[in-house]
This record gives sequence, structure tokens and C-alpha cells, in this order.
Amino acid sequence: MKELVIISGKGGTGKTSIAASFAVLAGNAVTADCDVDAADLHLVLAPQVQQRGGFRSGHEARIRTEDCGGCGVCARLCRFGAVGQQQGPDGAVTYAIDPLACEGCGLCARYCPQQAIDLKERDCGEWFVSETRCGPLVHASLDAAAENSGKLVSLVRDKARTVAKEGGRELIIVDGAPGIGCPVIASLTGATAVLIVTEPTVSGAHDLERVAAVARHFAVPAWVCVNKWDLNPGMTEQIEATVRRQGMQVAGRVRYDRDVTAAQVAARTIVEFTVNGAGGDVRALWLEMGRCLTV
Amino acid sequence: MRIAIASGKGGTGKTTLATNLAVVAAELGRQVAYVDCDVEEPNGHLFLHPTIARHAPVQVVTPQVLEDVCDGCGQCARVCLFSALVWLGQKPLVFPELCHGCAACVLACPKHAIVERPREVGVVETGSSGAVGFAQGRLTIGEAKSPPVVRAVRSAAPRVDWQIIDAPPGTSCPVVAAVRHCDLVILVTEPTPFGLHDLRLAVATMRRLGVPIAVVINRADVGDDRVDRYCAEEAIPVLLRIPDDRRVAEAYSRGELMVTAVPGMRAALRGLWERIEEQVANGTVAGGSQHANV
Ligand code: SF4
Ligand code: SF4
Ligand code: SF4
Ligand code: SF4
Repeated sequence: MKELVIISGKGGTGKTSIAASFAVLAGNAVTADCDVDAADLHLVLAPQVQQRGGFRSGHEARIRTEDCGGCGVCARLCRFGAVGQQQGPDGAVTYAIDPLACEGCGLCARYCPQQAIDLKERDCGEWFVSETRCGPLVHASLDAAAENSGKLVSLVRDKARTVAKEGGRELIIVDGAPGIGCPVIASLTGATAVLIVTEPTVSGAHDLERVAAVARHFAVPAWVCVNKWDLNPGMTEQIEATVRRQGMQVAGRVRYDRDVTAAQVAARTIVEFTVNGAGGDVRALWLEMGRCLTV
Repeated sequence: MRIAIASGKGGTGKTTLATNLAVVAAELGRQVAYVDCDVEEPNGHLFLHPTIARHAPVQVVTPQVLEDVCDGCGQCARVCLFSALVWLGQKPLVFPELCHGCAACVLACPKHAIVERPREVGVVETGSSGAVGFAQGRLTIGEAKSPPVVRAVRSAAPRVDWQIIDAPPGTSCPVVAAVRHCDLVILVTEPTPFGLHDLRLAVATMRRLGVPIAVVINRADVGDDRVDRYCAEEAIPVLLRIPDDRRVAEAYSRGELMVTAVPGMRAALRGLWERIEEQVANGTVAGGSQHANV
């Protein structure tokens, strides 16, 4: 089983459009949306949800106000400033925990002399296994302001592997998270290959170096594609030279094309929308990646 | 006043807006600083070319087991809820990237065999770019947790009348650290299905945090009108619509400011700045009461 992860230094580089197109062109792959912070693949692939489940990660602490003796031990111990003081209507001081600041370490609950603090698992979101016009899609939604998206990413990837194994499918296409922090690390570890999508901009070139360093750190072979390459042909050449110098491969170029947005509005992938322009470029990119994966 | 520029996903023009807005505000005589909290990919410096006056490491504390004092009881590993400290039968082993620095293990050790040592996870740089104050943070590659770096940038940022905070994209932990207690969060979006979907998520997050919000629509003429309709339904003010202009994309690709490269953008952003000042003047009343119990 092979796992191709598509990532970018920053979001909005066309990563998701390319991942969705690959899913369509592959036909028989399992697709995993690991960009759980901004999960957009379902908007294009129109999934029919077959299976779903809750995702819990970490803990959160809550003070039962009626049992709290107001000693303040919890507030002193909490390293995250999550425990605040409140004055009740009768003037008595009570304590309360801000769920957004609490990291769920459990320290307060362990040392509360009244045992007035409950620690429970935190609901963070939901995962789905769906059917689409181009095979199964594993995706997820993270609750507003929920943490631990790195763990949800790992869960989505695990589910995708199970689905691929059960269905005898050889390829998993992963729309990875942007950035270099925990979600992208969780999307990358153990992948067969990574396609880094970038843009010919000073920031694109800058981000590419950081993402490439992450890929190297986790020893995943990397290919690079410059999207909207014709916005700055000189910069594109410069980026491609850097890519080769750093021991990565150039996978192809995709031009700046308003049809990419038009396809999105029509809820199609660019390769279904047109065989010309960017649609043709993404096809060529897929052929190149297909060659890389079979070698 | 703290104005955060955020978006549900990256690449919507957040950094373009934040840097150009800072420049325009300074031109209008405001005391302003640009604060880059997108510490995984800080890019604002590419447009503002700041002079950096100060570098400071961002440190978090991580436990260290004193091998000769530890008797291998395993108590520390039992209290660590992040699996950052595991007991392998004899001696405990710390995984610094997983550690939240809660000190539960330190307090639990009956032998006082655990001490906390500082560990560098990033860097904060401060300086200025002309009249615009500047601060940025950078997460060390291979580190997983950016919120400590985000918090460090915010506390090191120049204390001026207006801080313009370039927030990381998305809706999870680092975004929360960047926008908490801001006076206004401007969500930058595009009028496309992806843009609308990511905007909805961002709005839900900001509402949970109780911060006042407004929207700027970038590449306003490329998609459809669903973002406009959504903002109207949700009573979210749309402060500016920036038309799609290949020159803006090209200026960005060369690391140039939009207000210098595209005539007309300067006036548009000055108009935006005035509307921001109005929003903040109105918003503090509504926003203030929402903050109170957080
Ligand atoms: S430690 Fe327990 S009793 Fe003391 S203030 Fe906190 S919740 Fe109340
Ligand atoms: S569980 Fe930890 S982070 Fe949460 S309030 Fe208690 S001490 Fe603070
Ligand atoms: S400080 Fe907290 S998170 Fe870190 S190892 Fe100790 S118990 Fe675990
Ligand atoms: S609690 Fe202290 S003595 Fe026991 S294993 Fe941990 S470090 Fe060693």
C-alpha cells in the first residue's frame, strides 16, 4: 500500500484542488482529508457518509462549585492560568476553570482538598468514512476552537489505511495539513512520498524551505509542484533550482487559471471541469507522480 | 487596540492585508505595530523588510529525571496525562515534544528526582520597519507546539496604540492563542465554496472566544455571492471587498506591498482603516461585556 501526501507551506496554494483531482484521476484510491482545520475536500467530492464517530482527545477539568471550599489550591497549581476567581452574589469567593485555557493536565483535580474537580475526556470533533464518485473518502470535522488536531489527523490516516486494506486498494491520497506544526507532522510521518505544492512568491519560496526541512526531518522523499507558475516565471525557475539542489524532485507546473475557481463553484475538480489550461497541467502532474510512485 | 487578521485557511491574503494595513495606518499618523503570530510560516517580514533590534529565544520548561536520585517507582509516568513521560520498567523517559510543562510529574515524584530545565522551542524577533513597529515569532522545525511561541510574540510586541496581529490560519490552538482578547478580528475570505466553508468555521471559533468580528472579502469578483449572503444573514459587517487583480498577485509574488504596486489600493485601505476604527469604537461596548466571564 502506498501513501501519497500532498502538503504546502501555507494554505490556499491549490493543494486541495490538486488532491481532489488526483482522487478522481486515480479512480480506485482511498482519499483522506487530513487538513482537518480547513477540511474542504468534501465540498468537491460530495461524500455519502457511511460510518461516523466521535473524536475525543485529552481532558478538561471542571469545578463543582457547590463542593468547592474556595482554598485556591487549584489556581496556584495551574500552569496555564486556566483557573479564575469569581465572587458569588453572597460575596463568597469561588473558582471556575476556563475550558479554552485548560490543557487537561489533571493537576488541580489531583490536589483539590475537597475533591471538587472533575476531569473528563474532551469531545473534539467527528470523523467520517464516506463513499464518493471516486472511491472512499475519510474525513473529519474539528469542533470550533478544539485542540489536538494532530491526533485527529493520525486517526483519519489510520482509518484510511484500514479502509484501503479492507477494500484491497493500493493507494491512499492524503490532503495534508499546511504549516510545519503538529498536524503536518502527523500527516507526514511514515508516508511513501510527499508532493509539496508551492507558489512562485517570495513567501512561497520561503515556506517551501521550511516544509522541505520537515520532510527531510521525517525522511519522506519529496516532489515539488509550482502552482500559478506563470505569475512569476523567474521565481518559478529559482524555486525549481532550489528544489533540485536540495535533493528533491520537480513534479511539474500548474498555470494561473480562473477555471480553478469556476470548477470549485461548480463543485467539480479542475480535471473534470476542463482538459485545457490548469486541467491539463494537473493531469500531466498526476502522470508524473504516478510514475514516481510505481518506481 | 489589538486588531487580528485571521482566516479559516491560509492563502486568502491575510498577510497582504495585515502588512499593508499597518503601513497605511502609520501613514495616517497612527502609532502601529505589525505582529506576526503565524509562527509556523512567518512571512510579513518579506514585505516589510524590518530592521531587527532584538532576538530572544522562546523557552518552555521540560522535566529532567536525575538518574542517581530516581528509584524507579514509576509514579511520575502514572500522573502524566500526555504520555510525555513513560516508565520503561526501570527508569522513566521524557519525550520533550509531547510535554505540556504542567509539572504534575515534578510534584508527584516522592524522591524529588525531577527538575525542570528550560528548552528552546522558537525565537521572537522585534524591531521596526520605518514608522511601523515589528515583532515576529518562529517555531523551531520539528517542534509541534506553537502556542507558547505565539504567546511570546504577543508579549514581546511593541506596546503601541494599535497592534495588527497576523494570526495563523485555521481554527485550532495557535489561532486561539493569537486572537484571544483582541478588540476586533478581521476574517479574510474568498467568495468561493471553500472560502465560505472555512469562514463558517472561523466565525464559530471567534464567537466561542467572544471576540468581535468583521469580514474582508478578497478576490471579491471571482466566485459567487454566497459569502455576502452568509455575512448578511449572520449580521457580520463586510468592511472591504478587494477585486481580483493579477497585479496584486504579481506584486505579492515579488514581495512588494500592494499599496505601492497597485494604484487605488492605498485609498481603499485607508477607507478600511477608518471603518476599523469605527468598528472598534462601537464594538468595545458589545465586546467588553462578552469578555467578562472568560
Ligand atoms: S482546590 Fe478545590 S476546593 Fe480549592 S479552590 Fe480549587 S476547586 Fe475549590
Ligand atoms: S486540568 Fe491542568 S490545565 Fe486544566 S485547570 Fe486543572 S491544572 Fe489547569
Ligand atoms: S510536565 Fe506534565 S506533561 Fe511534562 S512530562 Fe511532566 S507530567 Fe508530563
Ligand atoms: S516518580 Fe521520581 S523516583 Fe519515581 S520513577 Fe519518577 S522520577 Fe523516578
